[in-house]
Amino acid sequence: MSAIGAISGVQPGVAGSAALTEPRWVRASAIAVMLLFIGCFLVVPLAAVFVQALERGLGAYAAALVEPDALAAIRLTLLTAAITVPLNLVFGVAAAWGIAKFDFPGKSVLITLIDLPFAVSPVISGLLYVLLFGLHGWLGPWAAEHGIRIIFAVPGIVLATLFVTFPFVARELIPLMEAQGTDEEQAALALGAGGWQTFFRVTLPNIKWGLLYGVILCDARAMGEFGAVSVVSGHIRGQTNTMPLHVEILYNEYNFGAAFAVASLLAMLALVTLGLKAVVEVRSRRQLAEALRQRGREGEA
Amino acid sequence: MRNTWTRRRGVLPGFGLTLGYASCYLALVVLVPLAALAAKATSMTWERFWTTVTEPRVVASYRLSLGASLAAALINAVFGLITAWVLVRYRFPGRRLIDALVDLPFALPTAVAGIALTSLYAGNGWFGRYLEACGVKVAFAPLGVMVALTFIGLPFVVRTVQPILEDLDPEIEQAAASLGATRRQAVVRVILPELWPALLTGFALAFARALGEYGSVVFISGNMPMRTEITPLLIVVKLEQYDTAGAAAIAVVMLAASFALLLAINVVQWRCLPAARGRV
Amino acid sequence: MSRRFLNVRIITHKLAGPRGSGASPMLERLLPLSDPVVTSALILLLAFPAGGQPEAAPRVQPQEVTLLNVSYDPTREFYVEINAAFARHWKQRTGQTVSVRQSHGGSGKQARSVIDGLEADVVTLALAYDIDAIAEQSGLIARDWQNRLPHHSAPYTSTIVFLVRRGNPKGIKDWEDLLRPGVSVITPNPKTSGGARWNYLAAWGYALRRYGGDENRAEELVRALFRNVPVLDSGARGSMTTFAQREVGDVLLSWENEALLAVREFGKAGLEIVLPSVSILAEPPVAVVDKVVAAHGTRSVAEAYLEFLYSPEGQDLAGKHFYRPRDEAAARRYQDQFPQLTLFTVDEMFGGWAEAQRKHFDDGGVFDRIYQPGR
Repeated sequence: MSAIGAISGVQPGVAGSAALTEPRWVRASAIAVMLLFIGCFLVVPLAAVFVQALERGLGAYAAALVEPDALAAIRLTLLTAAITVPLNLVFGVAAAWGIAKFDFPGKSVLITLIDLPFAVSPVISGLLYVLLFGLHGWLGPWAAEHGIRIIFAVPGIVLATLFVTFPFVARELIPLMEAQGTDEEQAALALGAGGWQTFFRVTLPNIKWGLLYGVILCDARAMGEFGAVSVVSGHIRGQTNTMPLHVEILYNEYNFGAAFAVASLLAMLALVTLGLKAVVEVRSRRQLAEALRQRGREGEA
Repeated sequence: MRNTWTRRRGVLPGFGLTLGYASCYLALVVLVPLAALAAKATSMTWERFWTTVTEPRVVASYRLSLGASLAAALINAVFGLITAWVLVRYRFPGRRLIDALVDLPFALPTAVAGIALTSLYAGNGWFGRYLEACGVKVAFAPLGVMVALTFIGLPFVVRTVQPILEDLDPEIEQAAASLGATRRQAVVRVILPELWPALLTGFALAFARALGEYGSVVFISGNMPMRTEITPLLIVVKLEQYDTAGAAAIAVVMLAASFALLLAINVVQWRCLPAARGRV
Repeated sequence: MSRRFLNVRIITHKLAGPRGSGASPMLERLLPLSDPVVTSALILLLAFPAGGQPEAAPRVQPQEVTLLNVSYDPTREFYVEINAAFARHWKQRTGQTVSVRQSHGGSGKQARSVIDGLEADVVTLALAYDIDAIAEQSGLIARDWQNRLPHHSAPYTSTIVFLVRRGNPKGIKDWEDLLRPGVSVITPNPKTSGGARWNYLAAWGYALRRYGGDENRAEELVRALFRNVPVLDSGARGSMTTFAQREVGDVLLSWENEALLAVREFGKAGLEIVLPSVSILAEPPVAVVDKVVAAHGTRSVAEAYLEFLYSPEGQDLAGKHFYRPRDEAAARRYQDQFPQLTLFTVDEMFGGWAEAQRKHFDDGGVFDRIYQPGR
């Protein structure tokens, strides 16, 4: 709680005069409440992961990570992310272009459909693919006849991950491109540029930070998904276990140290992601604000 | 404002390509699987469907899922608003670090969160030890479900309110102050109404996410029939009892709820919030 | 107006960037699609044949063969050793290298995965009902599977015992002690866990014997027992973690093999085993999945794998991992570990698994009644 003592009042320029900010005790208690909330709900659980991971020493920690099943899980997780993120990236850009740059009826229904996987329980997303590709599902018997394995194999895991990470890029880009409008693209076209050229030279640089932010979110979710993948994985050791599933398995083997070691690796990935995100977010927010300001100015003109 | 820059199709190229591609991909990845679900559920007779989704155990799980999600979203609305306010308005050491940490629940796998929270709140955990001494049982009780869901939904309110608060024109507050409003009046009468749609959106997003959450809750809830079973868990339970149709039936109920909620959020956003849409 | 002009200048600049043209005009000519419907149709056409990549065809190489053993939770450590021993044995006999992959989880969940297409060569589950379910719902296994191997296809047995904290502070000795107020009992959920079904039936069977077959008294006893249960995990391993790691509850109803393993693993936590006067003979069965081994061409190795479980070496490993061996020699070797107990079977007490499942555990069965609100 030492931070409270160190509060140096508000920064000049943010809200200078006394009438524009709160009394000191209000500020201090607001900060204290927030620190307590964030501390209890975020910092302590995160710390708990690392403390328990390192409980048995660094040697045991390293051993848990280089164990063949753990390595296979890490590899599968990275592979899954490497397949799903680009696919959803392309989709996100296409959807955002179509939705943000044009008006058409049914737009908000389409957006809601894109959002849907976000609100669907991960368990249901897994169930969907079981219903579709299970031996008693729609396409399952056909796939089995042709020797194609989908669920309980890598393609099923990829599909389920694709579903849960579906909205992230699109959701990030739609408002950004909406705010940016179409003037720059129109100008480029008027100057004789082709459609693709316009996209790569004009649109892409404008949305790159927002795009990156969406990709980071998508990637984090793809690597950390548990519920959906758990339903379609089949839990074959060394073959269809992703990192979150491997954590669960170790946990069920009373191997808590190793479970938390792999968990801490995921937590570290999360922290790296957060670091990247913090950088990108500032820029993407600036990009959006910039676009809105320009809109505002033009609206007045 | 939107009317001043309405676009008509035909000006830019790629409408057909992008929208066609997007809707196809949407159809393949989202709609076809959903259709499979709907088909499975409609393979039951209406009566069986109704009995399945109104079984006492299932109804008890709706009550818990709704209640705990609502409570968690409310907690997040209150504390998320305070957090966003503090992060935007005040300067103190470690502010940027906390700002980055807020997104932790997005990035931390839910299973890891579940295990960590359980180990903290169990009777012999760091928190649970003291809470249980005071007679408060968190892990393996409905309260534990709420804790996990609060964790999961924490970033939503902060991240929807934050940009609005940042973009808020300081002139409004100055005007209020110069017109003799006290600080409290300015906050309650001028600033809060501006934040209201964002707060509502963040609340609804946190609520929607909490309804479907599975990974973190199963570890901490204790899974007692009638008391601490969440609805997604019942779907898994039905599956394990070889009752795929029953699982699909409950899934359909949940899906309908999510879809309604999302539609409501999108309506709120399209009406009130052109700028902050999409800050998931 | 000037703003627009500025825009144009910026754009001109961007378009004349240093790198080569970002997109080919050719691509644009190839995709002159302005109609979403046409594009959709085209993309659907393109996407469908590429829907899934065919995996390598089942291996028929004589040098190497892979089996998938889909099993339930508590057998992890046991099958790690069995797989290594069997690989040695098979190599010696045929010169072929066999590697056995494992999948573990709740018994019901595992059976469900096999029904939905998890390509298990052999299943080794917690109870016969789950293998029956595979046979009935998918036809992957012949219905007479239980007669194909000795002892109803159950190469090892176990039973249900009580695990208590050091010194047995609540003085738990038999099933009736579990009903006392203030005693908190941990068991997994019988709806999802195979082990928990054995727990439940053990209690029920005890009551039937005690009260001369009075079903109402039995239901009362089991109801009172479940009133003392504060946490119902979904699997045996979850319950063990709750009891030993989280220190919740006074008694854990557990597989004997899990209890012995826990006493070893959590030795420092101070756990003791208490044997009830009567318990159930748990017979975890094994079976070859006929249709899968036919497709993989692995029938002979899969059958040999299961037979290996009955061999002296397999039986010895079962004893080592706290399963009661069927083989007399192995049983004698481990007799200190397995005290004599009065055990009854599901068949004699409940008329078989199908009947027990239907009456007690199906939706609307006795267990659901016990868990009604307002009890």
